[in-house]
Amino acid sequence: MFDSIMKIFGKKEKSGKIAGDRLRVLLVHDRANMSPEIMEKLRDDIIQVISKYMDINKKDMELSFENEDNAVALVANIPVRRMRHS
Amino acid sequence: MSKVIVVTSGKGGVGKTTTSANIGMGLAMRGNSVVLIDTDTGLRNLDLLLGLENRILYDLVDVTEGRVPYRKALVAHKKYEKLLLLPTSQIRDKSAINPAQLMVLCDELRKNYDYVIIDCPAGIEQGFKTAIAAADMAIVVTMPEIAAVRDADKIIGELLRSEKNDIRLIVNRIRPSMVDQGEMMNMEEIQKHLELKCIGQIPDEQSVITAANIGEPVILNQDSYAGKAYANIVGRICGEEIPFLVVPKDGLLKRLKKAFGF
Ligand SMILES: Nc1ncnc2c1ncn2[C@@H]1O[C@H](COP(=O)(O)OP(=O)(O)OP(=O)(O)O)[C@@H](O)[C@H]1O
Ligand SMILES: [Mg+2]
Repeated sequence: MFDSIMKIFGKKEKSGKIAGDRLRVLLVHDRANMSPEIMEKLRDDIIQVISKYMDINKKDMELSFENEDNAVALVANIPVRRMRHS
Repeated sequence: MSKVIVVTSGKGGVGKTTTSANIGMGLAMRGNSVVLIDTDTGLRNLDLLLGLENRILYDLVDVTEGRVPYRKALVAHKKYEKLLLLPTSQIRDKSAINPAQLMVLCDELRKNYDYVIIDCPAGIEQGFKTAIAAADMAIVVTMPEIAAVRDADKIIGELLRSEKNDIRLIVNRIRPSMVDQGEMMNMEEIQKHLELKCIGQIPDEQSVITAANIGEPVILNQDSYAGKAYANIVGRICGEEIPFLVVPKDGLLKRLKKAFGF
């Protein structure tokens, strides 16, 4: 928040801070890429939890990281076939 | 109990060899017997930093290939005789030695010496895998630059996957004035990214280069901050609680208000 206000007022961010922000995002991607097994396990766990509530299409499920400014979001795209009865 | 320590970094040129020489020297100055092994086969450097380049007869590959017993290849330091160098080959390459050979050698050395320090080549290929194989402790050297920290993170991942869990971090070439201006990441921030406790930071200093010029590790120069910082790191490796030495930043003429710890 403070950062974006600073940006609006045109105050230049220090390069040390920019490096730190870039690293934070970078290391999420690097670590995820280094351990595909972990991503595979995460995927399985997500499927298990979601399946308790709805019938999903596991085959077309997509799991990825997306960058937003200085943060990383884990984005899951899970096609839902139908909701289970509560 | 003797200890095998590997000094590694991922990225090249961040100060592995400098750190190996200084830690080895520092441990020997405290009365420990130390063997420094250069595993950067083909790019022999460690001998130069110790001023021992003219005394080399045999090398690591001669030992691992069984041509000479390791004792014949060890070169004792001129002043601190408990510091011994096992130089590497200048003509062979990294594939000339494998993890199993280094493990056998280190097991032999453990019987007779307090510390074995292994200077690792840059990269994460075979040379790295060989260098870390026998280690009980890994020292990861990085620099306050984005690429060096990224590579350190990768190396830490590799170490953990190889079940090397005792990992210490050193941040080399810090420029306090740039950190002060916000133009360089500081030690706390790098620690946070890498999720490792730092056992010391070394300032970027001319003294390190002049030390290399004359072949006497900077730890012998206790008038330099780099030398003091290395001495503190050696103490911390030996398990001592040494507070981070507080020194004034450069450009301090007017404002002594903030200080910096090594
Ligand atoms: N704290 C420092 N201040 C100034 N110069 C330094 C410092 N640390 C290292 N250097 C210089 O940086 C260069 C690289 O250092 P060094 O050879 O120790 O790195 P390395 O990680 O072993 O490199 P390589 O990956 O090639 O083996 C050397 O010229 C050294 O003198
Ligand atoms: Mg080196």
